[in-house]
Amino acid sequence: MFKKASLVAFASAAALLLAGCGDDSDDTASPGSSSAAGGGGGGSSEQITLGFAQVGAESGWRTANTDSIKKSAEEAGIELQFSDAQQKQENQIRAIRSFIQQKVDVIAFSPVIESGWDAVLNEAKRANIPVILTDRAVDSEDTSLYKTFLGSDFVLEGQKAGEWLKEEYADEAGPVNIVELQGTTGAAPAIDRQQGFADAIAGESKFKMIASQTGDFTRAGGKQVMEAFLQAHKDIDVLYAHNDDMGLGAIEAIEAAGLTPGEDIKIITVDAVKDGMQALADGKINFIVECNPLLGPQLMDAVKKVVAGEEIPPRIETEETTFTQEQAKAALPTRQY
Amino acid sequence: MSITRHRLFYPGVLLLVLLVSNVFFTPTFFNLRMQDGHLYGSLIDIVRNGAPLLIVAVGMTFVIATGGIDLSVGAVMAISGAVATHHIAGLSNQDSTAGVLTAVGMALGFCLLLGLWNGILVAVVGIQPIIATLILMVAGRGVAQWITDGQIITVNSPAYKLIGGGYKLALPFAIFLAIAVLVFAAVISRRSALGMLIESVGGNAEASRLAGIRSRGLILLAYVFSGFCAGLAGLMISSNVSSADANNTGLFYELDAILAVVIGGTALIGGRYFLVGTLVGALTIQTLTTTILTIGINPNATLLFKAFVVFVMCLIQSPAFRAKVFRRRQRPASPPAAPASKEQHVRVPA
Repeated sequence: MFKKASLVAFASAAALLLAGCGDDSDDTASPGSSSAAGGGGGGSSEQITLGFAQVGAESGWRTANTDSIKKSAEEAGIELQFSDAQQKQENQIRAIRSFIQQKVDVIAFSPVIESGWDAVLNEAKRANIPVILTDRAVDSEDTSLYKTFLGSDFVLEGQKAGEWLKEEYADEAGPVNIVELQGTTGAAPAIDRQQGFADAIAGESKFKMIASQTGDFTRAGGKQVMEAFLQAHKDIDVLYAHNDDMGLGAIEAIEAAGLTPGEDIKIITVDAVKDGMQALADGKINFIVECNPLLGPQLMDAVKKVVAGEEIPPRIETEETTFTQEQAKAALPTRQY
Repeated sequence: MSITRHRLFYPGVLLLVLLVSNVFFTPTFFNLRMQDGHLYGSLIDIVRNGAPLLIVAVGMTFVIATGGIDLSVGAVMAISGAVATHHIAGLSNQDSTAGVLTAVGMALGFCLLLGLWNGILVAVVGIQPIIATLILMVAGRGVAQWITDGQIITVNSPAYKLIGGGYKLALPFAIFLAIAVLVFAAVISRRSALGMLIESVGGNAEASRLAGIRSRGLILLAYVFSGFCAGLAGLMISSNVSSADANNTGLFYELDAILAVVIGGTALIGGRYFLVGTLVGALTIQTLTTTILTIGINPNATLLFKAFVVFVMCLIQSPAFRAKVFRRRQRPASPPAAPASKEQHVRVPA
């Protein structure tokens, strides 16, 4: 008897809770979709809610990127719904669907890979939620699916790496044997950095790409792949890694093989995270092309403009530079990430 | 005939074929040389990179032998590396042996608890193993990220580096750890009745219980051991690159470990288990990975190539498939053979 009564009490409490949730979402829907369910105590009906689906935390670069977005959202007074996809597209799609259900004002995300986004982006479009891509692009034919793509030009990054190499070996006859550590297969930065680099060195036949494999943007991946490269090829002159972390892993493999990174094998990487810059300053890496992760302020700016109904350009580029060993020594003390 | 009947014959042949096929692409594949006081070569790389997989697979072998499965090993590996590096990063002297040992102890202790958690869910609460361990597989990465604060923790500690990236007696230290775990598992389970009891539980838990075997305790033990193995492997991977990456350490490792166990001849339904088979399985998977990298297969086709090799492995290991293929070959072979000899008989006098 008592058991039954408590069960009923529990059930009705649960029903109340559920009803409560339902009411909340109805509220957000009716007065103009921007009252932001449970607006964190601020309670202003003007507050913009941004749903951001991050790739994961695969590198120091990504962590700096996440921090920049979180920090500038706070500064801009935008409520941030943050989701970490742990490098899996299905997680990211799930996160975007939940943003659509929560009726956020703007959805922003860095796609894990380029393809397969049409369905979920169409859902967002039908729900009238604008989408901003950050740092990585998608290969959709339909560009109306997103408002803008904010991020680095990866092809240009690859070209910068290739240009430096051409200059470095300008006086040598060659052949120059190059090995490449690619990023995650299918990811935009991997595809574009590969292409940009290949384009830059295409003109000169002395440059030979003798091996190219994916190290999944991780140190462990970079180390294991470089170990195999060193076993299979005895005459590697240059290593081009699509990010610092793979380069750092490869440095360990090169040292274990009894070679001196930076001298026996010249190393070019992309990103310029702190550990990478340290290795550059120590002379273990020869050249780093920066890929700026601090795009939070630019993103918040774009979000505000989109919500206000202003036109924004379909492509916004982040400001980026390159570092030599000397420049790294100078820049390292004030490096944020 | 008796050699081909041995259950490790086909897995062993596959491993050899994989190894030898490398020589066609890299003639120096089997070369070993001394480098800075340790052996250096592809074979060493394979064994060193395969050591964590072997350790995880040994733990997995026992879990599978009890009729269960442990999907959480990858997440446990990430947690283990995160706990250890987090502690070491906070030390004033990162290279102090006591500090590193404390970190290793903390990580392994925590992983034992995680294994216990899995074991309780399966053996005491009675949740299906695949679901019970799925909980930790998903939640575990979150725990690892929470420990590392979503950052990659980098440490500079030669003492910690020894576990997964260092050398002793000219060989990678990781090899000794892997052999120690394998020998420990083999001796403790095969020199006592423990192994037989585990197989009996995997064969039929209820019947074993009625026969007086404490099924529950044995299942619990298997998950605790698997948690420990995953923890140790996580330390090796994190120490190999002197950093902990909560997102990527041990990602999809559970699948490789299960595959290694299955290639080794242990059936997923539980019951009999083969530790030497698991050794061959783990080495085969690592050799396959290294082969792909040394041969230089296009990264876009890597997964397809891997899937194809695994598919062929499974086919060759299937007795039903072998019986069909060999019978078909034998049947057409023997009937024509008889008429042919008759013809010859006819021809000879003519």
